[in-house]
This record gives sequence, C-alpha cells and structure tokens, in this order.
Amino acid sequence: MLRSLIAACLLMLSCSFAAQAQDRTIQDVLQEHAEIISQSSRRTIGPAIDAIAGSGLPAAQDVLQAWQARDMWQRTSDGLFFKAERIDSSTYDLIDFATGESVGAATKDDLEQLKPNSGIRAMIGAALVQFQLNAPDPDLRREALLAIQRNGEAAHLAPLRASIEGETDPAIKTLKETAERLLTISYDPDDAARVEAIEGFKGSLSLDARAALNPVISTKILPAEGLSEAANVKRELRAGSRDLSVEAAYDLLVSAGVIETQPSVSERKAALETHVENGAVAGVPLADLNTQEARDRAYAALAQEGFVPAFDPNFTMEAAVTGVSFVEVYDEPSQAVTGAAEGTLASINRAVGLNQFFDLSLDGLSLASIYFLAAIGLAITFGVMGVINMAHGEFIMMGAYTGYVVQQIVPDYTVSILLAIPLAFAVTFAAGVAMERLIIRWLYNRPLETLLATFGVSIALQQLAKNIFGTQARPLTSPGWLDGALSFNDVVSISYIRIAIFILALIFLGVFLFIMKKTRLGLETRAVTQNPRMAASMGINPDKVNMLTFGLGSGIAGIAGVAIGLYAKVTSELGSDYIVQSFMTVVVGGVGNIWGTLLGATMIGFLQKGIEWFNPSNTLAAQTYMIVFIIIFIQFRPKGIIALKGRAAGD
Amino acid sequence: MSNTGTLLEVSGISVSFDGFKAINNLSFAIGPAEMRAIIGPNGAGKTTFMDIVTGKTKPDEGKVLWGELSRNLIGMNEAKIARAGIGRKFQRPTVFEDQTVFENLLMAVKNDRNPLKVLFFRPKFKDLAKVEELAAEIGLSDQLERKSGELSHGQKQWLEIGMLLAQDPKLLLVDEPAAGMTLGEREHTTDILKEAAKTRAVVVVEHDMEFVRRLDCKVTVLHEGSVLAEGSLDHVTQNQDVIDVYLGR
Amino acid sequence: MTMFKKNPSLMVFIALLAIFTLAVTFMSEAYGTGALSTSFVKTLGKTLCLALVAIAMDLVWGYTGILSLGHFAFFGLGGYMIGMWLMYARTEIIVIESMANAPIPPTPSEISDAIGTQIFGVVGSSDFPLIWSFAHSFWAQIALVVLVPGLLALVFGWLAFRSRVTGVYLSILTQAMTLALSLYLFQNDSGLRGNNGLSGLQNLPGADAISQDNISIWFFWASAFALLLTYLIAAFIVSGKFGSVIRGIRDDEARVRFLGYSVEGFKLFVFTLTAVIAAIGGALYYPQAGIINPAEIAPIASIYLAVWVAIGGRGRIYGAVIGAAFVSLVSTYFTGGQAPDISLGFYTIKWVDWWLVFLGLSFVLVTLFAPKGIGGLFDLITDRMSPNRHGVPLGPDKGSLREEEAEK
Repeated sequence: MLRSLIAACLLMLSCSFAAQAQDRTIQDVLQEHAEIISQSSRRTIGPAIDAIAGSGLPAAQDVLQAWQARDMWQRTSDGLFFKAERIDSSTYDLIDFATGESVGAATKDDLEQLKPNSGIRAMIGAALVQFQLNAPDPDLRREALLAIQRNGEAAHLAPLRASIEGETDPAIKTLKETAERLLTISYDPDDAARVEAIEGFKGSLSLDARAALNPVISTKILPAEGLSEAANVKRELRAGSRDLSVEAAYDLLVSAGVIETQPSVSERKAALETHVENGAVAGVPLADLNTQEARDRAYAALAQEGFVPAFDPNFTMEAAVTGVSFVEVYDEPSQAVTGAAEGTLASINRAVGLNQFFDLSLDGLSLASIYFLAAIGLAITFGVMGVINMAHGEFIMMGAYTGYVVQQIVPDYTVSILLAIPLAFAVTFAAGVAMERLIIRWLYNRPLETLLATFGVSIALQQLAKNIFGTQARPLTSPGWLDGALSFNDVVSISYIRIAIFILALIFLGVFLFIMKKTRLGLETRAVTQNPRMAASMGINPDKVNMLTFGLGSGIAGIAGVAIGLYAKVTSELGSDYIVQSFMTVVVGGVGNIWGTLLGATMIGFLQKGIEWFNPSNTLAAQTYMIVFIIIFIQFRPKGIIALKGRAAGD
Repeated sequence: MSNTGTLLEVSGISVSFDGFKAINNLSFAIGPAEMRAIIGPNGAGKTTFMDIVTGKTKPDEGKVLWGELSRNLIGMNEAKIARAGIGRKFQRPTVFEDQTVFENLLMAVKNDRNPLKVLFFRPKFKDLAKVEELAAEIGLSDQLERKSGELSHGQKQWLEIGMLLAQDPKLLLVDEPAAGMTLGEREHTTDILKEAAKTRAVVVVEHDMEFVRRLDCKVTVLHEGSVLAEGSLDHVTQNQDVIDVYLGR
Repeated sequence: MTMFKKNPSLMVFIALLAIFTLAVTFMSEAYGTGALSTSFVKTLGKTLCLALVAIAMDLVWGYTGILSLGHFAFFGLGGYMIGMWLMYARTEIIVIESMANAPIPPTPSEISDAIGTQIFGVVGSSDFPLIWSFAHSFWAQIALVVLVPGLLALVFGWLAFRSRVTGVYLSILTQAMTLALSLYLFQNDSGLRGNNGLSGLQNLPGADAISQDNISIWFFWASAFALLLTYLIAAFIVSGKFGSVIRGIRDDEARVRFLGYSVEGFKLFVFTLTAVIAAIGGALYYPQAGIINPAEIAPIASIYLAVWVAIGGRGRIYGAVIGAAFVSLVSTYFTGGQAPDISLGFYTIKWVDWWLVFLGLSFVLVTLFAPKGIGGLFDLITDRMSPNRHGVPLGPDKGSLREEEAEK
C-alpha cells in the first residue's frame, strides 16, 4: 500500500519517466549503469543516481537507502545487484529490490560490496530527499524539511521546488516555500531569482533567514590596487579606521606581497641572541642591550655586515600603510544580490531590534515580578510597620526549603507545589510571629538595634539551614505544565514559569490590597502604625495586631520563597541574594505604599535588564551600576518614588 | 513698631500640607529689640510660622527678610539661619540629655561652628566665664556637672533658654516656655525673657494669657494662618474677632 | 589634658596594650621563647587591626549614631591598595630574577609585560589596567590607601548626608554601596583580578631572606602602634566639644542644627575620617592575612563589624576594642576546628557547624538583655550607673543611646 502510494506520487511528479517506467524493473536501471555504479567514482556517478531516483519505480528509494548504507551488493556471477543481509561471517541473504523478498543466500566470495565514499553518499542523500519530501507521512516530510534547513545543499533545490506544488498540507507547504526561498538564496544560479527570494524575507524574524543571508554579504578586505573590474565592492577603507586597524592593514599588504615584511621586535631579539660573540653583539656589550635603542643599534650593525635581514629603524606600520587604499569586497559577485541582501538584513535587524526590545521588556517584567515577590513581605514589615527585618531573606529561604521538603514527601509535582504554598506560609508565619514576640516587640522604635538583632537571627537561620540541608543546592522542581516557554516568534519568548511568577505577583498585590483596605486586620494595622496610643484607646490590641501583621509579612515571604525556589536553586544563601535588592525596592518605591513597592520593583527590574542589554556578558557589572544608580536616585527622591506628603510623613 | 527699623520681616508667606493651609498669606514684622507675644488657638499656625523662619519648613510662597541687609532666609538651611542669629526654643524641652549642663551650654556658646575649628577647640577663659554667667542666670550653677537628662522639667526649660542665650542670637523664637512650670519658675522665666528683650528681639508663642500678661508686650493674634489682630493684650482681648475665635462663634 | 581626665580608661588601655605587646614579643618565635607560633602572632596582629577598625565603627555608630554598613568595605579597599604595591613589587623582583638568565638583558617594557602576564594571567589578561598606574611606587600606594577610601567616603557621604538620609535608610544605602563595590570587584575586568583577589601579600618585596617569624612580629608591632594612635585620636575627638556635637547629633540632630552646627559637615567629617582609619587598618591587616578577595568586602563583613561593636558595648572606645578582639578570637577558636565537639549521645555538636548559630543567637540576646555589651561588665567595677528613664532613650533620633547604654 505504502509503496504504491509513493509510486503514485512519483508518477505524478515525474511524468517524463512515466512511460519508460511501465515495463522496466529497478534491476534494469541498475544494470544500465552497472559499470559506473561499481566504479564508484564521484565524478561519474551522477547519471546513475539520477537515473535511479528518476526511474519512478517503487523500489528506487530502497535502492538508494541500501546503497547509501552500504547494504547493496553485486553478485559477481551475474552482475545483479541485491540488498544483502548478513547471516554469518561468510554468508549473506540476498533480497531482491523489486519484490522485497529473499532470493536465497550467497557466500561472501560470490559477492562484492558497493562502497560509496562520503561524497557519493551525500549525493545519494540529496537524491533521497525528494522521496522524503513526497512521503505520505507528514511527519517524514517535516523531518526532511528540517534536514534541509539544517544542512541545505544545492542538490535539494530542484526536488524541493518540485514537491511544493503537490503538497496538500498547507502548513508544510508554507514550510516548504520558506525552505525553497532559503535554498534559492544560497544556491540558485539565477541572480534575479535570488534577489526575489531575498526580498521576500524583508522584516522576517526567522533565524534561518538571517543564517542564509549573512554568508551572502560576507566580505573580505583587499588592497585596492590590482583589484579586478568585476569585483563587487562594498566600500573603500583607510588603514587606522575603526574597521581596519593599522596592524591588520599591514598584514594585508605583506600577504599581498605589496610590501616586504620587516623583522619584528621578537625576531630581531632572536637574531641578536644568535649573534652573541664574546659578551657583545656587533660590538655592543650585552649589558647595554637593556633598551630598545641599544638593541636597534646592534641589529643595524649586524644588518650592515649582512648577517641578518635589513631593518629600517624609521620603519613604522603607520607609515607603511598610509596612502594605501583598501576596499572591502563582497565574496558574492552579483551586486544586485548583495544590495538586496543588505537591504533585507537591515529591515530584518530593525524588526529583530524591535522584537528584542519586547523580549527584554518581558524579561524586565519577570525580574520585576521576582523583586516584587521578594519585597512585598518587606513592604508590610518594613514599609507599614517600620520594622527592619534582616532575616526576611531567610524567611524566603525557609519557604523555599519547605517546598523542597514537601517535594521529598509528595512525589507529584503539581500536588506538592499546591501543598507547599500554604505550608510555606504557615511555617514562615509561625517563624515571624515567634520572632516578633521574642525579639522585635522589645525593640520597637529602635530600628538600628532591630537591624542588628534580626541580623543575628539571619546568620543563625542560615547556618541552621546549612547544617540541616547541606551546602549544595537543592532542586525545587516545577510541575510539568510549567515547563517550556511561550514563544511569539524566533525572538520573543517567555518561559511559563516566569508567567506563573508574574501572575503570582499580581495575586499578591491583590491580596495585599484586599487585606489592607478591606479587612479588619488591615484597618487595625493602619491604625496601630499611624497612632498606636490612639488605636489602643479605641480597643485595638496593638500587640496582637503587630504580631499578626508581622506574621503576615513573613508568611508572604515564605510563599515568595516557593516561587523563587522554582526559578532559582534552593541554597541557604538564597535569601541573602535578594535581601539588599528587596530593601532597595521598598526604599526606592517609597516606604508605606504598596504601589511604590510595585513601581520600585518595576524600575529596578527593567533597569537591571536594560543595563544588562548594554553589556550582556556581565551581570555583575549590571548589578553594580544599578545599585549606583539607585544610590544616586535616592539623592533626588530621598523618600522614594511615591512619597508620603505633608505632616503624615513626619520629620 | 520700633522706629529703629525691622529685624525680621515676613511677607506674604503661605504653606499648605495636603491641601490644608497652615499659613495663609501671613505678613509680620519685628524690630531689633522688641518683645512680642504670639497667641492663637490650636492650629492657628504658630509653630509652622516658627518652622518657616528657622528653615525647617519651606513655604510655598512668600519671603522672610532678615537683618539690615534684608537677606531672604528662604532656601537657607537650619544651621545657616541659626548662625545668622535666630535662636529657637522648642515646645518640649530639647536638651542633650546624655551630656552635662556644662557641655550643653558650651556647645551653644557662640564660637566658630566649622567642624575642624570645633575639633581643635579648647574653651578659653571667656567661654568658661560665659557659661558660668549663663548658669547663674538660669539658676543651674550648682548643676553644671550633672547630666542634663536628670534635671527637672523646669530646669530643662531653663537650660534650653540658657543655650539659646549662649548662642547670642539677634532674635529668639520661644515656643511655650512656661509649659509645665510652677508659678515661681514662671516668674523667673519671665524675668529672663524680659532681660533678654532689652538687647534683642524676642518672640514668644504662648497659650497662657496670664504669662502673656506678665510679659507686658505687644501681642499678635494668629488665626487660620494669618494675623487676626495686633496690639497690647488689653487691646486685642477687646477685639470682637478675637473674642469670637477664642470663645466660639 | 582633658582627654585623659575624661577617659580614665585611656591610661589603663595604654598600659595593657604595652604589656600585651611586650608579652607577645617575648613569647614570639623571633624574639622570645617561641611559646606563640608565628601563625598565632599573625592572628593576634590581625585582631589588633580589627580592633582598630572597630574603633572607627564605634566613632561613626556609637558616637555619631550613623549605623554604617560600609566601613569594612573601606577596610578592604585599604587592603587592596597596599596589596597592589606588594604584589607588583614582589612580582617585579621575581620577574627580573627569572629574566636575569636570558642571553640578552630585558628592556623595561619587556619586564613590565612579564609582570602583567604574571599578575593578570589568572583573569586572562596581561595588560595593566589604569588603576595600577601607581602600583610600582610604595609611597603612591600608601597615599592611595588613604585617598581612595577617603574620597569614596567623602563622595558617598556628601550625597547621602546632603539629602538627609538617616537611620535605617542610611544603613541600607551604605549596605548597597558595599554590595556594589564587592560585586564590582568580583568581575574579572575590574582590574583587581576578580574573585582571585590579590595574593602572596605576606611576602614583603625584597625581604625573602627575613623569616616570617620576624615579619609577623614587626607587623604585630605596627598594628599595636596603629591601634594606640587610633585610640588616642578617637579619645581626643570624643573628649572635646567635637565629641559633644557628634553625640548631640546621635541623640537629636535637629537640635544640633538649630544650634547653628552644620550636621552634614560633622557627619561627613566623621564618616570620612573613620573610613580613612578603617583603610589604614586594612592596609595593616591584609599583609598579615596574605590574601584579599572581594568576598572580604561583602556587606556581611560590615554587619559583623557593627556586631563586634555592639557586643563590646558601643559608645565607649574600649568597648569596641574588646568586642572586636573577643568575638574575632573566639570565632577563630570555634571555627578553626580546635574546639572540642560536644557529644550529646544522640547528636554530636560540631562547633564548626554550630558556632554561627550560637553567635547569631547570642547576639540577639546581647541586644535584648545586655545593651551595654561586654563593656558593661566594667561598670560593675567602676560603679557606673545607668539612669532610670522608664525605657525612654536619650534622644528622639534612631541612633540615640538607650537608657541602659547611658551613664548616670
């Protein structure tokens, strides 16, 4: 059934061969070209492969595959070709190509293996592509297209073009058309066709398009003299300019034979070393040779006596290359093609730049979400209550480790994450309440002491985590449905986990606003922080409110820990990596205002990504510059982006 | 108004906090050796007025002109204004409680305030004499080596007035000096202020009418951030607007 | 002098330091019985440097009320500055020695290239960055020990104090500065060998013939002398009117302003001066430690510095010295692995693992229950009493003394 379908396809495509194909077997075709096949030479084999591929016979693909895999053997007795399967070291089972059935065994002495070299195998491979391109199974067709995209060659162009018309699947058809245009750019001998194909990619974001276009505009730099008229010149260059250093220009001239090379410093030194006589070189004592001038003098003396190649002490590379004009020449001879390619690449770069900006914005947004998550607990404890908790980072870490422990017990990742979130909240809530009761409440209005006391807690918790979980990073695995990324095109993409963190940050913002604005606890918290005495006299228990508020802030840190743990590795230092940035976020945003924290996180996130974009290899520098920027920013807005105004701000 | 000219002229200042106008187009002037009492109900802007003159609060508009050269004080920082000759006493006594009375006074005595000069400062005879003299005036001669945190409330008030005098300012802004004092202490405070007003301008913000009466000076009534009435105490207390403001309308 | 009158502890301190220095000298391997190993002498010398930087911290925090979390960065910068010269000069000697056997004597530029390759090979470079321009000159680098941290403190302090950032905000800002500096130094292209830092600093250039036994005791003397000087300077600063003003700033800076003192100027002066003191401490410390890398500068080190001062008792100079010496020596003992493990039967407490937990918690306890720190113990001897203020601190500002810390 399969065979006949292929046959039908081939019949439709290669009608010129159809008539002959009626009564011929594949063995006939092989026998027609038996001589060159057994000769197995790359130069002459072409017609044989073409004949087999073009025979339109169902067995053609089999033959080619077997040949390529070195499974095709020739029986010496009658010169017939078979596919052979090894039975034991000396006997092989012969299979007829046309029927696919065994025709009996033969000893190795009777057979001769066809050993196509790599060049021939590649040619066979190219011939095979047309079969795969027309395979009835769409997956096979996609695979073939992928293979072409990965290693396209000129030979693919014709079968690919031929296969487009008969393609029924519209998606694959589009793929084929794109692949065809890419191949056209690289291999079509007709310049007009190439220009057309090139211009078709204007504004495209495809990586393949860029990969196909870049070789088209590859250039080399040559001295302008003696350049052929036909050369496709990109531009003229001067030595010492940004794109052509003096050294490079000098090397070019030397390799072009325009000027003679001068012995370099090290060559001259080596020459001096070989001509040491009686503690002196050409009469200059060795001890004096510790300056370049003295060495030059000695070398000149040697040169005069003809021992070494002459060296002009006035020689400089600059002088040698001044006045010589250079040109940058395209490797591609056709000006029309390179012009089109430059234009298209420029438009592609514009589109890519725009999309990179979007991608960077998404990155910035997700970084901002992480900072926001890390800082939102602080926005409560520090921003609302004014308590500076250096152990906040360790609460984040505790949340992450809670997630890790839950995953050790509950193997299903989805369930374990859903369990870990409330559990992390509970654990860190309890820790926060304990810390508030035991330490912080004795130190209200003494923020500097609070800072140091909570720092003590912080180092104790960090070491404790090290003692329990060890120093190596523990994984917190996200559920399968969070794997992968949402990609909009070749440039813009965002991983699902970042989207989840972003959504989580939004949820947190909502929860925070709800608690602060709509619940009794929020009302009481605001009352207690604004005027504790008045609140107490109205029947609010400030102790309880402080305890719960601090617990809430800490609990949120725990949940943030689970989210950050999914994104980063869980270590005992997880918290301290975020603590300074979190404080910065709250301070930059403006203390006591959640929108400020949001803005602060957004600003810091985008800023960091923006700085990284300028210097992508160096995230350390990006962080450095960002902090410096924040320090300067605080000069101009000491109270943050959203500052409380008037008397409420206090002085 | 004194005929020797004006020392401080506040003209057309306004300041609002979140829409609340604490000072509304206030104009006011005081001569070089004059005692002035400022009274007014709560929220009249008395303390805000002092904040503006001493540089703690920046007004939204208006000018504060100072001295013979009529220098504008707006935009100068607190320390510069203090060095220009404006001393301030706060409502609640604020002295350096961890330091002795002597240290408090010595810190206030008029001398170069430059950090390096302060670092190599060694009290000269005249500085010590000045401290002794002030201590005697405020009745703390026996307490010089005590930590000021241990003083009674009234003593702290005096110490602060002493520190104010030690700065030798041309203008003293005194915020409720008599708050929390016994009758005897009040009389003493009145004497100190009256003595000071002989050589410099003194502005006293006070709630207590008895105390104001004892000061026996011109009175300015502030209400809702601007001047309501001005004149002798008897004069202003007969003013119908003032009566309305104080007794309700 | 009022300085001695006001600080009766000053004479005691000078005497104790002198006795200690002599005792260590006579027990050292170089000049005495050898009861103290050279490495322990180095530890003691380093401890003196830490006490020195703790005094700087006490001046800035205990006396001026600025909880700076950046002074250890200045300490580290001082170490880097002297380290650059040590490393350059020593590498230069090694390079010249190794090139002496070459058939042709090397030119200056060849020597310089070879030194660059030696020093910067680890970060894949061989060129001297601009900041090494003065590394060949001992005196220039000594000047930079003071100038670089001093200028950084001056600029940073000017920015921060000018905009009236105070309290915890200032602490966070200084912490951010420290983090920025350490992250910057962690980069390979910072010009200071990235996270490799500078090493081999214990080898003084040209002193190969002198044994480390002697060098260690010299550095010990230098550290003791520097500590003495710092102590005297600190005592001088806090005893006079300047001390009055900065303590006033600590407790109530608005009041100081209304007295006509430029609070910003005083803060800047103290901040910069203490930064310079810290840098000098660092310049003495790291040649004894032998290596400096950016991790030394990380914000946590500066917090530890504050912890030492708090444990020793802030607002008194000897408190800082005691705190730094006590905590760092005890930490060395427990984390060095010499402390015996405690077996509980079901679990063995290894001090290496549990020391930090213990330290952290004990620090919480000190803050809560013994604000005077170890220094408070001396009050028992000297009958110093704290005022009873019913829990009210001595001023409205965040850095003001607590009643327990104050003297009646």
